[in-house]
Amino acid sequence: MAIFYILLLFMIIAAIIAVETKDLLSSIICVGAVGVGTSIMFLFLRAPDIAITQIVVEVLGLIILIRATISRDLTFITGDREFFGTVVSVVIIFVIFLAGIKVFETLPDFGTPLIAKVPNVASNTYIKEGLAKTGAANIVAAIILDYRGYDTLGEATVLFTSIVGAVVLLRRKNKKLLEEPDE
Amino acid sequence: MKGMTVIVKTIASWVKVLIFLFGINIIIFGHLTPGGGFAGGVILASSYVLLMLAFGREFAEKNLSLPAASKIDCLGAFLFALIAILGFAFGGIFFVNYLVKYSQPLRLISAGTIPLSNIAIGLKVGASLFLVILTLSMFRPDVSTGKKE
Repeated sequence: MAIFYILLLFMIIAAIIAVETKDLLSSIICVGAVGVGTSIMFLFLRAPDIAITQIVVEVLGLIILIRATISRDLTFITGDREFFGTVVSVVIIFVIFLAGIKVFETLPDFGTPLIAKVPNVASNTYIKEGLAKTGAANIVAAIILDYRGYDTLGEATVLFTSIVGAVVLLRRKNKKLLEEPDE
Repeated sequence: MKGMTVIVKTIASWVKVLIFLFGINIIIFGHLTPGGGFAGGVILASSYVLLMLAFGREFAEKNLSLPAASKIDCLGAFLFALIAILGFAFGGIFFVNYLVKYSQPLRLISAGTIPLSNIAIGLKVGASLFLVILTLSMFRPDVSTGKKE
């Protein structure tokens, strides 16, 4: 369990640096460090599917963020933080934390599955009957593409809609439209 | 955006093939080993992003243009919806796995519609994430000329 505390400390320090530093590039690199810590944590919790997805999406998101910031002139944050906004957000986070203590008490220990605490959860059925009913050896693929197919369809729709929006909004301007005097 | 140095270009031209093949491997074996359509699709997109970072945007656009990428994106989304609707046609339920009785588990061709859905999602995610980077990098010249005017 010591490895989890070391990783947690590493991620918390990286997150604090990412918030506090003035240089945007080092802030992005610290966000990447948090992502790598999360991925290694998933790997130690024996969830390789999530670990692969996490590290791959983190790398691609980092590339997008670096390309978006490096080329701009604005690579340093100038000016101080607003006092009122900081106080309000800290108070809101503290209230949510107080309300969440009850929820944290009902959760199982970190790293132990829900099956250990509640015997009749749905994942028990998936593990027992997954291979026979779907034929997929990777139970995660069986869940996200067979048992929870609607969820994946919704995710694909969200991604598709956002890409359509991005392509339409950020497209190159049509030269014919620009040359015409009246639209 | 003329690309990076000769060292980066040489290494990128070797590594891009390996990354692309690894993405295909992750997608095809998604129902047997960890991974799947989403992770494999992101790896496919990142191989094209590596091309774009090393050789410049024009080179990557010559390999996979914006209209072609959006067609692949639509094709992936259409295939995934088609697999779901075919479940309604053959099995009677939307999203039912109607091919599972024709295959044995733990083989490459098994698990019915799951590998097909993995391939469709991989195509979709790869093309759409490549489109994100392409449109975001295309957006910058417009901003600079807009400010000058």
